[in-house]
Amino acid sequence: MVLGTYKEAISARATDKAIQNVAQDGGIVTALLSYALEEKIIEGAVVAGPGEEEWKPEPLVAMTPEELISAAGTKYTFSPNVWMLKEAVRQYGLEKVGTVGIPCQLMGIRKMQSYPFGTRFIADKLALIVGIFCMENFPRASLETFVDEKMNSSLESVEKMDIGMGKFIVNTQDDELNIPLKETHGYEQAGCNVCKDYTAELADVSTGSVGSPAGWSTVLTRTDTGASIFKDAVDAGIIETKSMDDVKPGLGLLEKLSTSKKDKSQKEIDKRRDMGLPVPF
Amino acid sequence: MFEKIKRFFGFGKKQTAEAEANPEKPKDDKSSQQEVGKVADKPKIGYFHLSGCTGDGIALTENYDILAELLTNMVDIVYGQTLVDVWYDDENNPYAIDDMPEMDLALVEGSVCLQDEHSLHELKKLREKAGLVCAYGSCAMNGCFTRFSKGGQQAQPKHESFVPIADLIKVDLAIPGCPVSPEIVAKSVVALINGDMDYLQPMLDMAACSSNCGCDLQTNIVNKALCTGCGTCAMACQTRAIKMLEGRPEVNKDRCIKCGVCNTHCPRSWFPEDRIKQDLGL
Repeated sequence: MVLGTYKEAISARATDKAIQNVAQDGGIVTALLSYALEEKIIEGAVVAGPGEEEWKPEPLVAMTPEELISAAGTKYTFSPNVWMLKEAVRQYGLEKVGTVGIPCQLMGIRKMQSYPFGTRFIADKLALIVGIFCMENFPRASLETFVDEKMNSSLESVEKMDIGMGKFIVNTQDDELNIPLKETHGYEQAGCNVCKDYTAELADVSTGSVGSPAGWSTVLTRTDTGASIFKDAVDAGIIETKSMDDVKPGLGLLEKLSTSKKDKSQKEIDKRRDMGLPVPF
Repeated sequence: MFEKIKRFFGFGKKQTAEAEANPEKPKDDKSSQQEVGKVADKPKIGYFHLSGCTGDGIALTENYDILAELLTNMVDIVYGQTLVDVWYDDENNPYAIDDMPEMDLALVEGSVCLQDEHSLHELKKLREKAGLVCAYGSCAMNGCFTRFSKGGQQAQPKHESFVPIADLIKVDLAIPGCPVSPEIVAKSVVALINGDMDYLQPMLDMAACSSNCGCDLQTNIVNKALCTGCGTCAMACQTRAIKMLEGRPEVNKDRCIKCGVCNTHCPRSWFPEDRIKQDLGL
């Protein structure tokens, strides 16, 4: 299945204005984790928090909705959240942990849960794992190249980054700048090129902008846990939804992008195998 | 927490409830015999303690509330110094080694010291007696921190050379960890009881691997264009020798004990996609 196994596909957004104001799209990650915090489904969540430098996120164990909001928005570079899960369980003593991750991070987490060789009692503490759609990720230096060199601006002044309509777009305080997405190709990390997972197929709930209109996110509920927490958040009025059939561009675009990632990575995998290089997929 | 683990491992509800109700059921109890009868092929397991710190043995016993059930009704421990007080003592009874029982599985903890005749003898013998030999924990699998040994210390200054057991005998499966986690022990034993060789396959695949350390992340993953900076290695590292810098693992070699857990946990070293989906119900 091109979108992985899922129960329901739906377009959604957070109803809280405070979340909408800082959200990348529909604010689903922030809203879901906040809801889980307040309902005590989780005691804290590992998220990509603000680092010391701009656009250099660092994993943060968020214990309050305010801390979650401080981490809202897509970063387009590394935040090794999985690393911090152990910290959340050991140092913070959390019994129920939530987190958000891109597909490769979820692969590390899920592998650890199925085969916990060296991880003592971390696997059973993970209560909610939200996945985000991901085509590729960039080293921070690549973001510098896009903004400082190609856009003649400075990474420090960027307030929001986005990818959409074939463009890599940044917003500074005064300007909106962009470069064609084509120009970013070749700057993504090489490890992404063998990844076949666009829609975070191992998440409890996956979400991302593709398929839904501006200000909304597409949500795929996958596990029983994920589906039930999402439904409860909707019932509680934390998240509002629309049918995917009623929104544009709709699920077709998501399927198209997911297929293209799978096809492209398969070509790269074949190429690497021909060279005698190892690929785990 | 343990309820959840038990669900993970697919322990039957009824069986568990019985075990909790009668945690110290005597062996000659009639109902106990009936229960034993239900599991027709209780695997016979031997526990061998070579040059290790007992951490892996402790991990096994840390499955506290399933341990009684495990040891009483699910497996027969037929050899082991700590668990059943059956072991070979060459000084006091040099012939006992020949009485080592046949077993389905030998769990071997610790690397083997080439200057320790007792260990060498025991290792050779267990290979004859066991259907499957498992390098249980990183010391047995790849030497782990005993790789740093140079001898010249008490209690026996001559004890200098410690090697993974696979250097001397054929090993069938390996479970890395320093120590192994209680959960992986329980999951593996349950897989063995259920004949679920699919679950054990990655451990069979790892049997031949007798060298492992944090350097593997650089050579096997980063140098092979596979790293995505997810941070799983840094989470898994049991000595916190790994930091993520610019999205890549930075191994502090002074802290690395060569257990290989980072490389084992990396989703790009091997990836059990089918098992994960099965576990998640996807």
